[in-house]
Amino acid sequence: MKLDAKIPDGPLAEKWDRHCFASKLVNPANKRKYDIIVVGGGLAGESAAATLAELGYNVKNFCLQDSPRRGHSIAAQGGINAAKNYQNDGDSIFRLFYDTIKGGDFRAREANVYRLSQISNSIIDQAVAQGVPFARDYGGQLANRSFGGAQVSRTFYARGQTGQQLLLGAYGALMRQVKQGRVEIFSRREMLELVVIDGQARGIITRNMLSGALERHGAHAVVLATGGYGNVYFLSTNAMSSNVSAAWRAHKKGAGFANPGFVQIHPTCIPVHGVHQSKLTLMSESLRNDGRVWVPSRVEDQRPPAEIPESERDYYLEKKYPSFGNLVPRDVASRNAKEQCDQGKGVGDTGLAVYLDFSEAIKRDGAASIRRKYGNLFDMYERITAGDPLREPMQIYPAVHYTMGGLWVDYNLMTNIPGLYALGEANFSDHGANRLGASALMQGLADGYFILPSTIGNYLAGAGTDKINVAHEAFEQAEQDAAGQTAKLLGVKGTRTVDDFHRQLGQIMWNHCGMARNRQGLEKALKLIPELRAEFWQNVLVPGSGQELNQSLERAGRVADFMEFAELMVEDALAREESCGCHLREESQTEEHEARRDDDNYSYVSVWEHQAQDRPKLHKEPLSFENVEPSRRSYK
Amino acid sequence: MTINLTLKIWRQTGPNDKGGFKTYPSGPISTDISFLELLDIINEKLTREGEEPVAFDHDCREGICGTCGAVVNGIPHGPEKKTTLCQLHMRHFKDGDTLVIEPFRARAFKLEKDLVIDRSRFDRIMQEGGYVSVNTGSAPDANAIPVPQETAEQAMNAAECIGCGACVAACPNAAAMLFVSAKISQLALLPQGQPERSRRALAMVRKMDNLGFGNCGNEKECEAACPKGISITNIARLNREFLRASICSNED
Repeated sequence: MKLDAKIPDGPLAEKWDRHCFASKLVNPANKRKYDIIVVGGGLAGESAAATLAELGYNVKNFCLQDSPRRGHSIAAQGGINAAKNYQNDGDSIFRLFYDTIKGGDFRAREANVYRLSQISNSIIDQAVAQGVPFARDYGGQLANRSFGGAQVSRTFYARGQTGQQLLLGAYGALMRQVKQGRVEIFSRREMLELVVIDGQARGIITRNMLSGALERHGAHAVVLATGGYGNVYFLSTNAMSSNVSAAWRAHKKGAGFANPGFVQIHPTCIPVHGVHQSKLTLMSESLRNDGRVWVPSRVEDQRPPAEIPESERDYYLEKKYPSFGNLVPRDVASRNAKEQCDQGKGVGDTGLAVYLDFSEAIKRDGAASIRRKYGNLFDMYERITAGDPLREPMQIYPAVHYTMGGLWVDYNLMTNIPGLYALGEANFSDHGANRLGASALMQGLADGYFILPSTIGNYLAGAGTDKINVAHEAFEQAEQDAAGQTAKLLGVKGTRTVDDFHRQLGQIMWNHCGMARNRQGLEKALKLIPELRAEFWQNVLVPGSGQELNQSLERAGRVADFMEFAELMVEDALAREESCGCHLREESQTEEHEARRDDDNYSYVSVWEHQAQDRPKLHKEPLSFENVEPSRRSYK
Repeated sequence: MTINLTLKIWRQTGPNDKGGFKTYPSGPISTDISFLELLDIINEKLTREGEEPVAFDHDCREGICGTCGAVVNGIPHGPEKKTTLCQLHMRHFKDGDTLVIEPFRARAFKLEKDLVIDRSRFDRIMQEGGYVSVNTGSAPDANAIPVPQETAEQAMNAAECIGCGACVAACPNAAAMLFVSAKISQLALLPQGQPERSRRALAMVRKMDNLGFGNCGNEKECEAACPKGISITNIARLNREFLRASICSNED
């Protein structure tokens, strides 16, 4: 596998401009001769599909949902970062870049992160022009709030529904292009295979989820914006249909998978309540602007929170990290919550929760003001738990939320398979070992609105305009493979349901490849996963047929891929014998239980190559830092 | 705490099947679980017993994607106000209750299977003008046009629509007025929406009529069923926008 990141020369601030100028262009009259497939109905996919169509390309957009307005970006609550410095509080493009690369614990590329930071401002301009109703001050200017890992206010927001509003903005842009005949929408379609001809991505095989029919789609380039793989844990804040399948099928066709072990565990989620729970719900990080995190000072203190006096409360984040306090980055907040609970100071029925308390903010600003800021989150919390955060502290606990790992891409967002691109959470590019809050929306939209539309021309200009022939034997073979997998799943006719297997896989991953990892646990997982996978293929029960709407079959296909992918995650976590960002190897900690990074030996991106018969092969893309000094992250 | 319920669920194998109710006992279930988790439990049981599980749409399970929805005891998304089906928890039901569960029904929503419907006509209405026509890259600075806070808040109130279709299912005329008015209001209120204001109102309303959605009869059932609390004042605004565009603009 050849990995060339194609980072442009020149000073950091000029790389992107220089790169755009040096890239080949496709003239406007020729753009209509190119077909581009965009898989995914979230922010990255829709912004890319709409923008490529505006440029004049023919676009086919695929999504699992019944409409392209429902991708899981829609659930992002808190906001989107940009370096506008509207608050005049010392922000700049360089500071957003620095915060992001530091937040990622120096495991991302300088050039990519700087570009993201440069583009951030244009995203806000674009969204406002589309009619996204961001929060505003009385004077009519845009309002900002703070997020973890930053000491400036640079987060733009639309109540607690920022992702929804941004996605509907992109959806509107996409609908406009559908009306103009430049985009064709294929909803309720699942990508089952990538088609590679002469080493180039040339199309996909999809399953029509209503009829079960397999369909061939050819194109000059294929763009995967298919999200993250958090659902490998079964319980996560992801939507139920979020999956790794598209990325995994591309990986099996030769695309490198980068840093699969990097998984963000979000600190503020509603705790697990019972065995039938199907998903976990996030409470936005923005709550930490006004909420104070605490546990009882005494171990196993069972008193209700109101009866615990101030002197017997441990505001452990404020105590340990005085300069960032409750706004430390997510990995630090999560790890500390786990540490408190492991010491027996956790609260609630299960002891696996800490308090997030708004009483001081309510005293300071009044209940009405706090309600205005967080009303919809408080309502959601009350619907799920029957508790009112205005009267008693919330209970929160960390949960799997976002995956920094993804398909390896170069500076152009192209994978190592020519013509195959990956955007948004599906790639690995910008967040290193830990993503800062309000940066996922920023990255998805930077990739889709601005980066891909500027870089894809360079590839297409040399790709030829001949229509792709879907009768080619590579399409035939890929379709047969997809049909074979479906038949195999339906043919097992075992006794255990798909969810049953998925839950067990999730437990293995949470116990051994979750918030804290060690060699012993990871090696155990490497034994347990293949055993479970073998049982899955002997004993899974998938009812119904392949020629109809069959939701069990859909889930079975995704879980089958998770069963393979989980092993790669564990391999990656095992190979990285350092702690960095979200990846805590218990063997590599400071005395204060902070992550101990090892730059001498692990300052690289791990890129895995699939091997049909053997364990995956590790390649390394070294990271070099010329503009920032990789320091030990300190939020004290 | 656990309760036992009787579930009468609409089963229909496909668009051409006649369909009908089937009765299932819930068995003891925890009051802490959500409505969709109840359906998960029933489906796991049906699967093990060799019967086809109930097909139902769902995705985010946090009340924002708009994918889920069914009529529970005659009310879209069930009895709790401003709550999607995925956010409805079983603590709101009593031991021994019978729940009748059926799909959102409307002429414009084709039934696909069991509780799954086709809402793609919403997309087709949106294609007529549910956006501001601005290409990527051509936007001015975000703070170039101030928007009064009150206006931004009103626009956001409308923009919260999740496109679930409960308003259509609740309406005796199967009208999509609340859905359409939410988008028209959002963009009519904001300065960015002004250039296409008339065109948008005329085109979206015309499409809505053509696709087989009914007209508003002022029953207010839509507002009562809306999980996001979208107000029918938006429908009043839609009517004004349509009238204004019909009389005062050159658009046809």
